[in-house]
Amino acid sequence: MPKATNADDLDGPDGVQIDLISGERMDRMATTEKIRMILDGVHDGNIVILEEGLTPDEESKLIEMTMAEISPDGFNGIEIETYPKSETRDSSLLGRIMGSNESTAKLTVIGPANQIETLHKDETLISALVSRN
Amino acid sequence: MGLLTELKDSVSRVTDRLFTDAEPKRIGIYGPPNAGKTTLANRIARDWTGDAIGTESHVPHETRRARRKEDVEIERNGKSVSIDIVDTPGVTTKVDYEEFTDEMEEEDAIRRSREATEGVAEAMHWLREDVDGVIYVLDSAKDPITQVNTMLIGIVESRDLPVLIFANKIDLDDSSVKRIEDAFPQHKTIPLSAKEGENMDEVYDNIAEYFG
Repeated sequence: MPKATNADDLDGPDGVQIDLISGERMDRMATTEKIRMILDGVHDGNIVILEEGLTPDEESKLIEMTMAEISPDGFNGIEIETYPKSETRDSSLLGRIMGSNESTAKLTVIGPANQIETLHKDETLISALVSRN
Repeated sequence: MGLLTELKDSVSRVTDRLFTDAEPKRIGIYGPPNAGKTTLANRIARDWTGDAIGTESHVPHETRRARRKEDVEIERNGKSVSIDIVDTPGVTTKVDYEEFTDEMEEEDAIRRSREATEGVAEAMHWLREDVDGVIYVLDSAKDPITQVNTMLIGIVESRDLPVLIFANKIDLDDSSVKRIEDAFPQHKTIPLSAKEGENMDEVYDNIAEYFG
């Protein structure tokens, strides 16, 4: 699988790298691979955006692995935002017919805690401020 | 799914558990840092066993290890229920030792932050493996719609664990129980002040009903 190019490898102006990762790409990965990819990106100072987010179990393991990697001389954790669960999310006809109320698909934004700050969040909007460092 | 249906399903799951297992349930007290989890755990333990569980503090991450109090017998309406209370460290996605340096020396702050991260990881592990029900404690004077709260409630729901939400600190002027009820309408919210002992009768009635 091709790796996302790191901004450090490129000649160009300083900036913040944003990786938008498709649900299709995530579907092919095991839980540990997904979390490793997210944390590697965040360690590099990137903002990682997941088209379809993580399952609750994966979110739990992401918190656990994040905690294991926090160190006083650098990484102090992640900022993560997803839309809150909506009561009307699965009210489509197909969803009702299939009885599907367990979808975990939700856009998820993850970044280094010291570089990303959530300004506003509601059921339809996440607004964040990202700094270089 | 409608709110009433979800509530009905939730009560049904709890009732199923109530009549299928006589062993004491391990009830995890979860929530963000400084919501009053240890104050609540101590209040329950003191009321029913006479002993406290842990040290309370205004400095975040005072609880850095999950602590269990076994066989807490709660008597309600002529019946007795037995639970194990597990007081867990406050869950977060970030820990910065510099947040503690106003309160302590740098070396102690670094040690506290390291222990805090271990404690959060341990709390997550307990949630995935070792608890039978959850009391989710929130500071009712703060906005409940945070990523940590949304994620943790989602994790609890995905594991099909019975959960009660406790809107703590109702003694504070800025307290708003409605804000919590509106944020998590699919779960029962009980207002209380663990510090002042307000509304503890309703707290114990619900613990006995949900987790007995």
